Amino acid sequence: MTYIPHTDADREAMLKAIGVERIEDLFAEVPAENRFPELHLPQGKSEMEVAWEMGGLASVNAAVNEYAVFLGAGAYNHFVPSVINHILLRGEFYTAYTPYQPELSQGTLQAIYEYQSMMCALTGLEAANASHYDGATSLAEAVTLARAHYRGKRKKVIFSPSINPQYRAVARTYHQGSGMKFVGDKGSATIPDLIDMLDEDTALLAVQYPNFFGQIDDFNGLADAVHEAGALLCMVVDPIALGMFKSPGALGADMAVGEGQSLGIPLSFGGPYLGFFTTTMKLVRKIAGRVIGETVDKYGRRAYVMTLRPREQDIRREKATSNICSNQGLMALAASVYLSLVGKSGLRRVAELSYHKAHYAAQQIDALEGFSVDFSKPFFKEFVVQCPKPVAEINDALIEDWGIIGGYDLSKDYAARENQMLIAVTETNTRDEIDTLVEALRELAEA
Amino acid sequence: MTELHIQTNDAPPPLEPLIYELGAPGRVGVNLPEPDVPTADLPDAALLRDEVDLPEVSEQDVVRHFVRLSQLNHAVDTGFYPLGSCTMKYNPKINEDMARLPGFALVHPLQDPETVQGALALMYGLQQWLAEISGMSAVSLQPAAGAHGEFSGILMIRAYHIANGEPHRTKIIIPDSAHGTNPATTSMAGLQAVEIPSDANGDVDLDELRKVCDENVAGMMITVPNTLGVFEAHIKEIVEIVHEAGGLMYMDGANMNAMLGVIKPAELGFDVMHYNLHKTFSTPHGGGGPGSGPVAANDKLRPFLPGPIVDVVEQGDEDTPPLYGFVHPPQSIGPLKAFWGNFGIMVRAYAYIAAQGADGLREVTRHAVLNANYIRVALKGTYPMPFDRFCGHEFVCEGHWKDAPGIHALDISKRLMDYGIHPPTNYFPLIVPEALLIEPTETESKESCDNFIEAMLKIAEEAHENPELLHEAPHVTPVGRVDEVRAAKQLNLCCRPVSHE
Ligand SMILES: Cc1ncc(COP(=O)(O)O)c(C=O)c1O
Repeated sequence: MTYIPHTDADREAMLKAIGVERIEDLFAEVPAENRFPELHLPQGKSEMEVAWEMGGLASVNAAVNEYAVFLGAGAYNHFVPSVINHILLRGEFYTAYTPYQPELSQGTLQAIYEYQSMMCALTGLEAANASHYDGATSLAEAVTLARAHYRGKRKKVIFSPSINPQYRAVARTYHQGSGMKFVGDKGSATIPDLIDMLDEDTALLAVQYPNFFGQIDDFNGLADAVHEAGALLCMVVDPIALGMFKSPGALGADMAVGEGQSLGIPLSFGGPYLGFFTTTMKLVRKIAGRVIGETVDKYGRRAYVMTLRPREQDIRREKATSNICSNQGLMALAASVYLSLVGKSGLRRVAELSYHKAHYAAQQIDALEGFSVDFSKPFFKEFVVQCPKPVAEINDALIEDWGIIGGYDLSKDYAARENQMLIAVTETNTRDEIDTLVEALRELAEA
Repeated sequence: MTELHIQTNDAPPPLEPLIYELGAPGRVGVNLPEPDVPTADLPDAALLRDEVDLPEVSEQDVVRHFVRLSQLNHAVDTGFYPLGSCTMKYNPKINEDMARLPGFALVHPLQDPETVQGALALMYGLQQWLAEISGMSAVSLQPAAGAHGEFSGILMIRAYHIANGEPHRTKIIIPDSAHGTNPATTSMAGLQAVEIPSDANGDVDLDELRKVCDENVAGMMITVPNTLGVFEAHIKEIVEIVHEAGGLMYMDGANMNAMLGVIKPAELGFDVMHYNLHKTFSTPHGGGGPGSGPVAANDKLRPFLPGPIVDVVEQGDEDTPPLYGFVHPPQSIGPLKAFWGNFGIMVRAYAYIAAQGADGLREVTRHAVLNANYIRVALKGTYPMPFDRFCGHEFVCEGHWKDAPGIHALDISKRLMDYGIHPPTNYFPLIVPEALLIEPTETESKESCDNFIEAMLKIAEEAHENPELLHEAPHVTPVGRVDEVRAAKQLNLCCRPVSHE
């Protein structure tokens, strides 16, 4: 019996104390005809056997430590410093739960308070929560906040078509029963087109920065136009890009949300990641989830505690705007450690390395016969390549013959973007890898 | 640097400086390489910021800071944590190792499915196991936590009625003992929560249930065993009444630790439920998360599951394994999050179920229930209890006495800390006055339970003889009771002034 410490003598003594003969007697209230069904599961295994079986499953996956990876589209192979894993493996952190009892949770509370502070520094906004499930659900919760802010009276949400398609889909799933209507993202609307859609029914306008295609849109006049219409502006941001590009706060955003996976969290086939959520003090009382505040203990010593609790589901129940309870706390800790390690100069460095390598790759690929890169706007670490062949075909050859995990096939989400590949380059891609990719594409075009 | 933290002169110093209060200008904690490519021109300066206000600390500064912070926490790895409804069981270390295998941790979610067959096989296997344990026919692993699973299930119920031409079914019946996420979920889905009272035994009041069951009922959400820790005496009747009215049954599976191999929710008539892998299946709670909240459905609701989910897309044979891929359930409510779910948590749960097997899982529940009843009986004469019946994996008692005025559940909780024990869940469920919800889990030994019992009995004595000891508690924790009112009134969520540079 794995992980169960009871001996026969323990069981006997405990049953006697309870006053029953067998453990089965404790289940008398379970309907007898359904009690103790057969479970068709494999027999239990020893630790060694579990490790073999799972090692086998892991070994057949193509992992990015053995392949060059140019795939991004919402999850990125940025460098993860060693320290992070060592901190995350502290049992004191990872085997604790939500810090309901502040006297026993100052470690978690202060770490999350520091996370909030660093996310505010990154986004130029004033308040952050302790996390959402991921970037997509953060955006869905931004819509929820806007809906609550206007008490359901404004029902329109304008989405830029260059927000990550998955995020837009998740926001729609969340709001299928809430009465919010989504517009703007079905065609190829530009920022001025989105501004034209603003009206007095608009609760929220959301854009992505850099957008899903890696580009920096021109946001001149956007925040003013949104605010003139009485609506809120949300930016979906890449936190690494904020190491060099202007903050959403400086651009006039009311909310900045996004995926924090790039901040020291491994790819892990899509999760657990980190949904971050930042906003202004004006809107902070509508924010969902855990929020940590500074206070003092009874001796006057600085201390931290979950605050603004009356917003939350356990107190407001059906009147709460969100049901979130467990969040991604440990991933927020990872981001705290990451941002502390890279610090002021390191984050800029990671951003610039990604920028330079992406631009080198883009120029090399653009020079190839049959390929062209979209240079119409400034871009950060991702760019769009028009290819001479279907992207799926190119990617099959890249992984088979070159050990390269190719870019994202944009035709999956955008019918008009046939043969367009979204390529991501980070500081972890070496020049060698980039040159090999270029060489591979050259040969594939000729083949 | 500390000017934002005005300390009065006689206040004790902070336990640990903020990371921003450490280090020195110019210091960095990680060494990054020089560019190995020709550098490109940076974009127009108008697009760029000057600097980001982040700490400047060395690697050792960072390590010491976070290790010292960790030491301020109580955790399952440091001591008993009987936090009711949260199943704070031991988190096996091999789970962590498995989740960190490069083949799992270093795989991109958008890779071609053919390059991640091991990951998909694991997800498929876990889906099958969770379907088997619940008796349901299909599972989606996408939800990231219990509340996220609830939201899926309630959206599925809504979608089902709309597909059947009954969009007027908008009422979700919820017992007053329910967890706050249940009513909050219902509102998020655009449906109405209708609360019904529990009877004197802690069971759903059947007459009240019948009263609210009309043609507008979409379904009912109920926790089994319920949040008071008891198996509803009339669970099958409840299911029948709701089904008869045309509603569907949602089971909040937060308490599955009391049901493994003991009863299958589908056999009780439930249509849809969620699991909390971070409770029942030993994945760690991470100081608040991440969790994982798979949703399981019967044949009626499986077409509506959030997706995609993993399926066999090409049968295998003796020589070749089957080919796994992602499929979208035909009438799916849509994706609940980006990608496929909290995969790293699935890996841990898989390791746990593989280690336990069918018999092991049943032993988990048997011992979780044994421990809870053992403690319950030992505290019965001393702490008021709302009812005297067997409990599941947890039970509720009341933290107050007529002859100890001024003592509340909170005081008992704080005093427990002095004995090195994390308090039970306080003030939940809401229907029990001064509730202390106690869940020992199966991984605690008899000595550990005895130690807790002894502390609880001692505290009951102290409450009567020396109440100040409780009011002033805790005495030995890193900080004393904290001022929550001040935190809310003088809201300080960020230690730096915000700059738009
Ligand atoms: C009974 C019950 N339902 C639902 C939940 C929500 O689960 P999660 O925190 O994983 O979202 C909890 C968690 O505390 C619970 O105890």
